Order: sequence, then structure tokens, then C-alpha cells
Amino acid sequence: MSHKTPINVALVGNPNTGKTSLFNELTGLTQKVGNYPGVTVDKKEGTSKLSNDLKAVVTDLPGTYSINPTSADETIVLKTLLNSRYNKTPDVIIVVADVENLKRNLLLFSQIKDLEIPTVLVLNMADQMKRKGITVDLEVLKKEVANEVVLVSVRKGEGIAEIKQAIVRSYENKKASPLCNINHKIDPEYFTRLQELVPNYPIYELWLMITQNSFPDRITEEEKQKIIDYRNDSKNIKKYQHKETIYRYQRINEILKKAYVVDRSKATDVRARLDKVFTHKIFGYVLFFGLLLLIFQSIFEWASVPMDFIDASFADLSSWVKSQMADGVLSDLITDGIVPGIGGVVIFIPQIAILFLFIAILEETGYMSRVVFLMDKIMRKFGMSGKSIIPLISGTACAIPAVMATRNISGWKERLITILVTPFTTCSARLPVYTILIALIIPNEKVFGFISLQGLSLLSMYILGFFTAIVAAMILQKVVKVKSNSFFVVEMPDYKLPSAKNVLLEVLEKTKAFILDAGKIILALSIVLWFLASNGPESYKNVEKTITEQVENKQLSEEDLDKKIASAKLENSYIGIMGKTIEPAIKPLGYDWKIGIALITSFAAREVFVGSLATIYSVESDDEDTSTIKERMAAELNPETNKPRFNFPVGMSLLIFYAFAMQCMATLAIVKRETKGWKWPLIQLFGMGLLAYLSSLLVFQILS
Amino acid sequence: MGYISEESLAEIPLKLLEMGCLPGAEVELIQKAPLKDPLYICVNGSHLAIRKETAAKIQIIKAAE
Repeated sequence: MSHKTPINVALVGNPNTGKTSLFNELTGLTQKVGNYPGVTVDKKEGTSKLSNDLKAVVTDLPGTYSINPTSADETIVLKTLLNSRYNKTPDVIIVVADVENLKRNLLLFSQIKDLEIPTVLVLNMADQMKRKGITVDLEVLKKEVANEVVLVSVRKGEGIAEIKQAIVRSYENKKASPLCNINHKIDPEYFTRLQELVPNYPIYELWLMITQNSFPDRITEEEKQKIIDYRNDSKNIKKYQHKETIYRYQRINEILKKAYVVDRSKATDVRARLDKVFTHKIFGYVLFFGLLLLIFQSIFEWASVPMDFIDASFADLSSWVKSQMADGVLSDLITDGIVPGIGGVVIFIPQIAILFLFIAILEETGYMSRVVFLMDKIMRKFGMSGKSIIPLISGTACAIPAVMATRNISGWKERLITILVTPFTTCSARLPVYTILIALIIPNEKVFGFISLQGLSLLSMYILGFFTAIVAAMILQKVVKVKSNSFFVVEMPDYKLPSAKNVLLEVLEKTKAFILDAGKIILALSIVLWFLASNGPESYKNVEKTITEQVENKQLSEEDLDKKIASAKLENSYIGIMGKTIEPAIKPLGYDWKIGIALITSFAAREVFVGSLATIYSVESDDEDTSTIKERMAAELNPETNKPRFNFPVGMSLLIFYAFAMQCMATLAIVKRETKGWKWPLIQLFGMGLLAYLSSLLVFQILS
Repeated sequence: MGYISEESLAEIPLKLLEMGCLPGAEVELIQKAPLKDPLYICVNGSHLAIRKETAAKIQIIKAAE
């Protein structure tokens, strides 16, 4: 039998069962992140060769304990499974179970089996069985659950071939029978009537439509209406769900009694000893903050080398292209629009990759759950959840993956607040802005002989970011009125050594998500800004003539004349006009129209601030071209006072503005996606903008 | 150490039931977080952290020493 089209296989399982490891083993580097049609949530997919003539597209679904979802990522599992036997949905489902906690893992398996889709049950972590005193009678288990069962150890790479064979068998068999006949056990009459109402669906699938109010694509409007009506007449849904769960566990206990033995006396536990340290009331926090310091330190130390390299390479690339191409619009577009635009994205990869490397390791080892446990009470005071810690840490690299990392927070209010305050944390795009401003206004001196004053200032900006996030959360907690039933339960998994493959693939995936999500917006905006800066209304077109006439009697070299023209061009371009238009509004903050241009262009990404000023001043300045941006900025004078433009009050005002303002289109786009509408991103944009404006105004007026 | 009472069935959130917090199951409080909340428990072989407010809804019958 030869199959031309690959079959669809979905991976389902509890968190911490090695599901992702199995996904990585099956698909390797073929995996990519796509979108689910309709629900715009990331979907991990890859291809796997099952046999000589059968290939599979494998989808890794988010970890879940049950089909009944309590968080955004668990909802994906339900939606994918409900659409089963529809063209693009799973032909075979693999349920990955941890052999150490088989009872709980089988609950999910029993639900999936009742959907009557061909299934393979994979019992993972076979290598741990001996140490934990577990024995499984595989043949009996297979017979009892009437299903393919494979015992494997994914970490050791054992059993992958068996899984593939079982998928093929299960696919060719096509038959799938339910494990628990819920209709007989809970309220036979109720379920029989439901089945008679809409006959051509498995009873459990109908029950899910009732409990979850979620319907498969293939259902007809008429059937759907019948189910909704039936649902509205049902009184005991919650009670029946409880009964269903109890019944499932009874059934599982019967099965396990025959096939599964645990000898507790053989269990040795390192967990308890490690927990004593990691969740200790003092050492636990000390260790956590120590780790955070280590992470930030490494980001600075390790990322600066590749970042400088990327920066230089893109500058070189730009001038190389310029030298190779004939002058013209296309050349300008590439050298001033596209290349710097791409460079602006690539430059963040080192920092983001390093941060996610640490986060992936901490999650893989099981340590992150302990941090969630330690921090939950504290975070709750600010309207967030212990789980908010991970997004807030991720936010120091980039708010985009951080906002996506909020999906496992089950309370909508807690999740929303986390999403709203995450952009206050100091992301890597703010760093170049902070660095140059601090270098301009803070003297390069040391206090007590060894602490750099500039370094201290940068650290203060980080602390300011975190502090603002916390205060904002506290206010939002009072102000935001949304319906939410926050429910918190975290599994504390066993500690284990991280697998290099899992960690690296995770880093790769997160970094790719950043490049694709943020990248396209940053790139598109760079091109738009380039257009606005190199085009203008009537006055722009006459600039060359006007300037040449103006300076006719002055003695100017050709080069100086060119610079004068370029500067006047920028002033008369669309972006120059925009800068001038907002000048009255930003003057009280100490800015002029040139800084105004930089503020506008910062919407692509904050670090564009530096580049924009470089462009503005390089075309204006009469200095040698070798002078650095910092020197050019330092030399810039305020024509009204004839003193340096970037004095202490202006610098401080700018620092505050960049700390608070929501100047990132890419983040707004992600927030819109995650909150399903423009309401919250707009609140974020204007709220943060207002805060930035008022604070900068205050700072400037007090200092000057 | 104790057992979940049969009466509290209706009060246990579905998610906790699904994670193994069943009436009649043995529960062990392993540790309280430093600020006394959440609680780190072991039930039916699962190690879970739950908030006090959730735990308060579940009646526990103390096991005889």
C-alpha cells in the first residue's frame, strides 16, 4: 500500500511527560511553527517518516491534563481534537504518558479514546521504572485498554521505531472503540436522548459539545441548534462532569490493578532534598535572585560580542551594496531602508537567544515550577499569578515572546494584567537608547573607586522598569473589571537534567517566532519611514534650488553644499514635517523637531532612535564623517540657548520617556492577537504614552 | 496526611478532580510556600501546588496516626 499524502498525527499528553522530546525525536529539524486556521495561535509541526511508504505530519499540541480546558493553550487541544476526521485534522493521536504517574496520565487517554479516533498510547520514561519500583504488564494493559501501547524511553532514544510501527498499525486498523461508556454510568436516560437527537457522533464528542460549547467544523447548523437547545435544558452538567471524572478514575483503577505494580519501598527520592533548598524561605529567594543576576550578567557579557559583529556587518553590507549599485531610488531603498531594517531585527538575536536558553534550561529541569510556587503569593498581591514571573523575565529580552508566554496563566484577569504590564520591563530594544543617553549625560566616573556611575544608571533603569510594571499591575488590579475565575494549580515535576536537544530546539523556536513576528513589522515600518524621509511635498522638490541660491555668495565646498542640501531635504520631507508638527507638543519635554523625528521612527522599534538621530546629525553635521553618533549628539546645540541640546534635563526626560512609552508596533500587534481585539492594545498605547509624556514633562520641568 | 472526604465532591474544581484529587484519595501536605500560600501537596501520586483558597474548599479527614 503506497500513500502519496502524509497522514496527520497529533501528539497529546500531560505536561512534563517528555512529549516535546518525542516530538523532537520524530521530527528533528523539519519542525516549524505555523498558525492554526481560525485561532491564531502558534502550531508546532514537523514531518516524520513512519515506514518506507508512509510519512506523517506530526503536530505537537500544548501539554494538558484533560480535554476540558482552563487556559488558552489547553483550548487548542480541544479545538484540534473536536475537528477530527475532518480533512486537516489528526488521523492518529499519540498520547504520551509518564509511566511513573500512569493513573493521572490515563485520564487524558481515556477522554481521547472516547472520541473514537485511532490512538497510540506511549508510556514514556521506562528507564526510571526500576529506580521507582514500577512494573508494567504490557500485554495485559494492551488487552485491557484495547489499544496500541508502547513502552519507551525517549530520552535514551529507545522505542522510537516501535512507536512509528504502532502509528502505522493504528492508522491501517482505522477501528477505534471508546474506553469508558459514559452514557451507561452517569445518567443513562439523559445520554440516550442526546444520542438519539444527533446520532452520527460518538456520545463523548456530543457531551464535549455540551460541556465546552465548542463544535466541530463538520456539524450542520440544524444539529448544532439541537445540541444548544438540549444544553439549555440540562441542569446537571457540572455534576455530571464530576461523576464522569470519578467514573473514569474507577475504570482506570480497574485496569491498573491488573497491569501495574508499584513497590514503594524501592522509591528513592532526590526531590524532597532538592525542594528543601529550592523552596526554602530564605535560600529559595536568594538562589532565585542570584540566578536572575547571573542571567542578566551573561546577557550583557556574552551578547555584546555577536551584537557588535552584526552591527558592523550590516553597516558594511549597506556600504557594499551602495558601491555596487547605480545611484537611484532602488539603491536608496536597499541601503537606507531594507538593509538597516533587517539589521535592526537581527541585532537582537544574541540577547534573545541567550535569555531563552536560560529559561529553557530552568523549565526543563523542573526548577521553574518551584519559582512559580515561591512567587505566587507575592505576585497575587499585584493582581498577577506566580506564572507571570516567566513572562516578566522574558520581557527583559523582548515583550513579544513574553506576551505569548502568558498563555498558560488560566485566570483571564491575571493573564491580561501580565500582558499589559510586561512592556514596562526593559527590553533589549531600549538598551541602545539608554546606553547612548547615559553616556551623554552621566559622567564616566566611579563611585567608591569601583562602581561605574554609568553602569549604576543603567541598572536603575532596569529597576525602574520592573518597579513600574509592579505598580501598574497594582493599579490595574483595582481598575480592570473583567470576568475571570482565576484558578491556580501547578504540577511540581521531578527534577531532571535538561536535554540539550530540547533546549536548543526551544531556543530556536522562540527566536524564530521573534524574527518572524517582530521582524516583518520592523522591516515594513523601516521601509515606510525610509519613504517618508526621502520624499516630501512641493518644497521638498525645490530644496536643491533654494539652497544653492541661498549660499551662492558664500564660499562652500561641494561637499558642504551637499550636506546642507541633504539636511534641508530631511527638514522638508514628510517625516521632517511630522517632526515639526509635533514640536509644539514635545517642546515642554525639552525636545526639538529632530528628536521628534526620532520619537516617531521609534515606533518601528525603539532602538531606531539612535539610527534616526545618526541620520539626522550625520547629514547636518559639518564634522568629519568619522565622528561617532555620540560625539555628534554631544556637539548638537540648542539654537535658543547655544548650549548643548542633550543636557542633563533633556537626557533624563528622554530616558523616562523611553522607559514608559509603548513604542513598539510589533508588541501592539501581538497584544491585539492575544487579547482578540484592539481594545487592550489601544489602552496600552495611550495609557503608557500618557504616563511617559507626563513623567517626562515633570522630570524636564523640575530639572531645568 | 489525610483523606479527601466524600462530601466535598461538588466543591472540588473539575480540574483538580482530573488531576487526581478524588474523594477518598490520600493527601499529604509536603510544604507550605514561605508566605504560607500556596500549598505543595501530594495526592494520588501527583505533586501539585494549589492556592489556599482552593484548598479551603476541600474537606480533609485526618488519617489516624
